[in-house]
Amino acid sequence: MQLVQQAGASLPDEVPGSEPWLQALVDVLCDLSSRDALTGLVNRRSFEMTLAREVDRVARSGESALLVILDIDHFKNVNDSHGHAAGDLVIQAVAQQICDAVRPMDTVARIGGEEYAVILPNCPQAFGRAVAERIRQKVARMSVSIGPNTTLNITVSLGGAFAPQWVRSNGTLWMERADRQLYRAKAEGRNRACLEPTAISQVSAEEKGMLFGKPVTELSEDSE
Amino acid sequence: MNAANPNAPNTTGHVSATNTKRALAHTLAVTSGKGGVGKTFVTANLAAALASLGQRVLVLDADLGLANLDVVLNLHPKVTMHDVITGTAVLVDAIVPAPGGFDVLLAGSGLVEYSRLTPEVRDKLLEILETVRPRYDWVLLDTGAGISDVVLFSVSLAEQVLVVATPEPTSLTDAYATIKVLATQQHRRVLRLVVNQTSKMGEAKTVHAQLKQVVDKYVNQALGAVVRLDLLGEIRSDVAVRESVLRRQLLLEAVPGCAAAQAVKILAARLIE
Repeated sequence: MQLVQQAGASLPDEVPGSEPWLQALVDVLCDLSSRDALTGLVNRRSFEMTLAREVDRVARSGESALLVILDIDHFKNVNDSHGHAAGDLVIQAVAQQICDAVRPMDTVARIGGEEYAVILPNCPQAFGRAVAERIRQKVARMSVSIGPNTTLNITVSLGGAFAPQWVRSNGTLWMERADRQLYRAKAEGRNRACLEPTAISQVSAEEKGMLFGKPVTELSEDSE
Repeated sequence: MNAANPNAPNTTGHVSATNTKRALAHTLAVTSGKGGVGKTFVTANLAAALASLGQRVLVLDADLGLANLDVVLNLHPKVTMHDVITGTAVLVDAIVPAPGGFDVLLAGSGLVEYSRLTPEVRDKLLEILETVRPRYDWVLLDTGAGISDVVLFSVSLAEQVLVVATPEPTSLTDAYATIKVLATQQHRRVLRLVVNQTSKMGEAKTVHAQLKQVVDKYVNQALGAVVRLDLLGEIRSDVAVRESVLRRQLLLEAVPGCAAAQAVKILAARLIE
């Protein structure tokens, strides 16, 4: 009971000890066990389950799903210069910005100290970069107030990879690929989003038009 | 002195010094962009045609994820590339003779698990290719559909690329996307095209012209380089093809005299020219 209350969740309204009360309590506990205490985001355990499910789903459906991993740049400096309480505020603020930048159907998780992950089901490859950039910009534009006269500006680095389509794989491999891109983003100077090259070269409408039009006979160069 | 071809992709890291007599097999990746255009059909029958011309040929099933060369050839070896990669078998045991007089190295369904290219699988594939190249005249890589990193990697293993397309708009679009990616990412400057399932003679020329025109305008201009797309051949729609596929026989074995089989033979002859 104490645990539930301490976590800020309300106790069920039902008669204590009754079956509905127990069920409601179990629901509350399940929810608590899948959430990160500081940010209220999905926690690592729950994230891994969601990731595995998404891999299976994509393998069957061939849908395009994006995994983005992001990390707060130079977070250690925040903790060192402003204290851990300020660090916590930053972590919460970034979590909020991420949630605001994605769709309700997307899963936003805190998977490590200053590391987050977002699973975006049904995200077309063409939109991947836009989503990652939106998150990056939202975070970069906000100011976190950590004291009466102190605000901090924060940046994040993001790495993303699309789920393998039509093939069986696992969440670990998917994570590794996104992670590699995150490393790349850090190495290339931070405050940027790197997505694994999808190799889907966009064939533009113009190119398609030309592809399906009649072959143009060599235009004469009489005018020259 | 012959200068080394500056456009040759550095795929193997090996520099062959032999210009007169080839010590290593030619490597040709057969790819398509779109699935279901007859890529595996072309690969298998082209291998048989090359073999009939006296070439030693190995077909390597580079469609790691969703191999169906085994289905086309009706071969079900106990030992496959999967076992070689996991270290439970040696390479020679996984190479089996196919009906058309060539050898084949099948991926095995277990490889589906590796269809994300881990560095280990990459290394192993490179090693396998390096091991087999001295023993054959041609190694054909049957790659998967699409332009995923697995497909691009298996294509990158080969010196030459053969793109299979049909006149269908979706196939054409995907073939073009493949050509574009190979030109930009792998710096390919020569790509070969075979048009499969054409309904009238000469349709391949039209398809080739369409593709070439878009490549010239969009790829060559963007790259500031010339990407050559050569039309290697045309295989017309032929009822014999469907029959041989259903019987799970090579066309060159089942109906060697039919028009499509002749077309494949022409393809092989042009390849070794």
